[in-house]
Amino acid sequence: MEHIVIIGNGISGVSAARHIRKLSDKKITIISAETDHFFSRTALMYIYMGHMKYEHTKPYEDYFWSKNRIELKRAYVSKINSGNKELHFADGGTMNYDKLIIATGSKPNKFGWPGQDLDGVQGLYSFQDLEQLEKNAPNKEVCKRAVIVGGGLIGIELAEMLHTRNIPVTFLVRESSFWHGVLPIGESEMINRHIKNHHIDLRLSSNLKEILPDENGRARAVIIQETGEELACDLVGLTAGVSPNIDFLKDSGIELGRGVKVNRFLETNVNDIYAIGDCAEQHEPIGNRRPIEAVWYTGRMMGETVAQTICGNRIEYKPGHWFNSAKFFDIEYQTYGWVFAQPRENETHFHWKHEDDTKCITINTEISTGKFLGINTFGIRMRHEVFDRWLTEERSTEYVVEHLVEANFDPEFYKKFESQIKAAFHQQTVNA
Amino acid sequence: MSTIQRDMSLTGQPPKALNSVQKIATVIGLAGLAIITLAGFNVDFPNKTLWLTISLLAITFGIILFARGAYQGQIEGIKNHGVWFKSISNRGFWGWVAGIALTGFYIILYFFAEYLGLNSDGENTGIIALFDPLSRLLSGNPASQWFVYGTLYTIAIFAFGIKFIWKYRHNRYEKIRTVSVMFFQTAFAFLIPEFMARLNSDSFNLPYYDLKNIWPLNYYNFEQYRVDSFISSGEVGLAFLIFGIVSIFVITPILTYKYGKRWYCSWVCGCGGLAETAGDPFRHLSDKSMNAWKIERWVIHSVLVFVVVMTTAVISTYLGYDPNKYWLTKDVFLIGVGVFLTVLFAAIWYFKREELEKDARYGAIGYLVIIIALLGLHFSGQGNVFIFEAESLRKSYGFLIGAVFSGVIGTGFYPIFGSRVWCRFGCPMAAILGLQQRLFSKFRITTNGGQCISCGNCSTYCEMGIDVRAYAQKGENIVRASCVGCGICSAVCPRGVLKLENGPMEGRIEGNDVLLGNDVDLMSLVNNK
Repeated sequence: MEHIVIIGNGISGVSAARHIRKLSDKKITIISAETDHFFSRTALMYIYMGHMKYEHTKPYEDYFWSKNRIELKRAYVSKINSGNKELHFADGGTMNYDKLIIATGSKPNKFGWPGQDLDGVQGLYSFQDLEQLEKNAPNKEVCKRAVIVGGGLIGIELAEMLHTRNIPVTFLVRESSFWHGVLPIGESEMINRHIKNHHIDLRLSSNLKEILPDENGRARAVIIQETGEELACDLVGLTAGVSPNIDFLKDSGIELGRGVKVNRFLETNVNDIYAIGDCAEQHEPIGNRRPIEAVWYTGRMMGETVAQTICGNRIEYKPGHWFNSAKFFDIEYQTYGWVFAQPRENETHFHWKHEDDTKCITINTEISTGKFLGINTFGIRMRHEVFDRWLTEERSTEYVVEHLVEANFDPEFYKKFESQIKAAFHQQTVNA
Repeated sequence: MSTIQRDMSLTGQPPKALNSVQKIATVIGLAGLAIITLAGFNVDFPNKTLWLTISLLAITFGIILFARGAYQGQIEGIKNHGVWFKSISNRGFWGWVAGIALTGFYIILYFFAEYLGLNSDGENTGIIALFDPLSRLLSGNPASQWFVYGTLYTIAIFAFGIKFIWKYRHNRYEKIRTVSVMFFQTAFAFLIPEFMARLNSDSFNLPYYDLKNIWPLNYYNFEQYRVDSFISSGEVGLAFLIFGIVSIFVITPILTYKYGKRWYCSWVCGCGGLAETAGDPFRHLSDKSMNAWKIERWVIHSVLVFVVVMTTAVISTYLGYDPNKYWLTKDVFLIGVGVFLTVLFAAIWYFKREELEKDARYGAIGYLVIIIALLGLHFSGQGNVFIFEAESLRKSYGFLIGAVFSGVIGTGFYPIFGSRVWCRFGCPMAAILGLQQRLFSKFRITTNGGQCISCGNCSTYCEMGIDVRAYAQKGENIVRASCVGCGICSAVCPRGVLKLENGPMEGRIEGNDVLLGNDVDLMSLVNNK
């Protein structure tokens, strides 16, 4: 019986395993150094905040794995010998595979800051990072101030987490506005204000210069590049993005770039070795996508795709229309299609914001045709299915605004804003 | 995590710690309870009206002030911070203290009311006497243990309802729903029956009737003494009796078809009302395992069969044999019940057989056979209907289900098993509504395409123990018999994935069944079942 070995028990690896089991009777082993069972990485924050316990973040009950004959192994793979199809574990021992799927995810970025490896300096990605955080910042007595470096999705989550324990947070953001590399300015500035409303000390256009140690080798302060200001702190959160977790592959013969290089079939240059999820890097970007997509949903889709290929139905990874979501403190964000921070050539943005400063949308339109390209929505839930269909049907923005209420996904009895949005849109069109 | 304090104190660090407003509020609320407790130890309060007022106001005000301490000044949104750290809400020391205290209260209430000051002959004493002034004000009669219970129950729904509204003030569905349960409890369960009692005289004697309390939750509604007093109270009484029958056979099916069982369980019902308000801090303690779900299905449907058998037996005892005296004779009634159940079973089997799981089929067939056999025994000359004596059936149902299950376990164990143990495992009304919700209703919880991140907030905060995530992460709609439509899964979802909806029956269960965002060809392969 063919033995499929998957390194990594995150959403990508587990999706692959589940779909291989659906399609075949192959022997499946998932290896993880992180936890015994699959858990939802995106839910780590809720464990620290006390909304859930670790066990609640496991999407499947523990019996699921043996019932579906998916073997779980807790080990760290230190080396791959693709010649004789053998894995070497850090604690000794080996395992043979017939087909190998690399799904090892990411690790937090470190950009060579002085002091970046001191005690009290950490990222937030793995379960071990969460345990570390409980040691570094259990409460506001032990951690009198935290400094977060990097204004993206993980940074703002970490700020929210620490805030629930009343730990004062200084949030250093390189850009002139929060996540402004991705979000258009109207949205980004709304989130700036929302962050400040939570009493987070948000510092825009601010870079980390260095982290200063105390006599025990623990971080005691940071220095800000622009101002030279020294900020005393007990925790430094490094949340300036992530990069593929592939150090163990250096001498494996597998072609590496920033991630594991794969073709559209998610195959590496080595026969019978595949890579999916955060750690995979496409040779060529697909459409407007980045060559490395570190997103929950794309990890899941790659897992589903590679399962088909491995089970004899070789198909390309062909993601549909882009979508994503996040939550910034109390404001939910969803996006469908493409809306860039700055309109690209032949693109224009329509922006509407509610007066309460917690809801807004931005619609991206192709100027020459009036075609709807994408929407960002904050504080108003919208239907994935409807936007997916409108994007496929290449509807105009005019049409989308006119029918926006069909896409509303807010709970019953919620106030609706579609007529306001419509009026603002027509106002803008008249003025333009 | 190892560094979190595991002590039993109410202090500790945020988000576990109580702030100073909450501490003051706790003292005020407990002081109000202490007055009642002292009355229980026969401390004689000189001015009962004054002390009762002080006590009830202190409890109400304490709860509301506690909510203010918790939510005032916070930006609105989901703030379940520290729920699993606090000993009251994580089955810790204070959780057990609260559970044991509540359970003890229910045992005294149901079985040892004399300790509350109930005297079968003569004046009330103790706690019940303390409540006499309020009872006299409302109904003109002295209080009973049930009046004491009803008053405290209403205060709990009212005050914790305000807390709940404060907590979910960003969510209009939750606000409106909570105002609804507060209204139905205060008006229908508490005030109207008391006022109705004022109308009673020798010739007009309505039984205590909470109109929203529908059979079979109100399992005693068709007992002889009640039916007699309905009939003896002329047209008004008859109207009430007819309303009781119409409630379960007409109103319930229509509303459940249109809106799902939530119209009752989380908008109207008193048990649901308490669970949604006072029980809200414990909702996450429900068991989400597959095993719990299996047990739930067997237990709740067994209770339903029990109540049907018991009610049939009880009604048949007071029906006569002579068709000339009254058209509804014992035989007509029993045959009618048998025919009704058989037709109902046949209809479900014919139209919905595909949707029944194996154990549901076994259960349905088994129970139908048992009921028909019991009916058959009666006509074969056996004296008692159903072998058992109706009175002993009624008594054991009242004891096991009415008191122990719904009260002692259902509410007393809130801090241990979560807030909906009774509704999930025991309530026969919920069983009927659930069967219909699963098979003949427009209600469902819709999943938003592929946006689920499997975080688990929905499942964790489902008071009915439904593993919501299991459906959401597959892109499937959630159509479960037990769902009471409280809307909290949708509220706590950080990615806007869940929405309670009433829509067409077609495609209701499968939903999209497509995790959107992926290649269309691949999705047809993945869904190729």
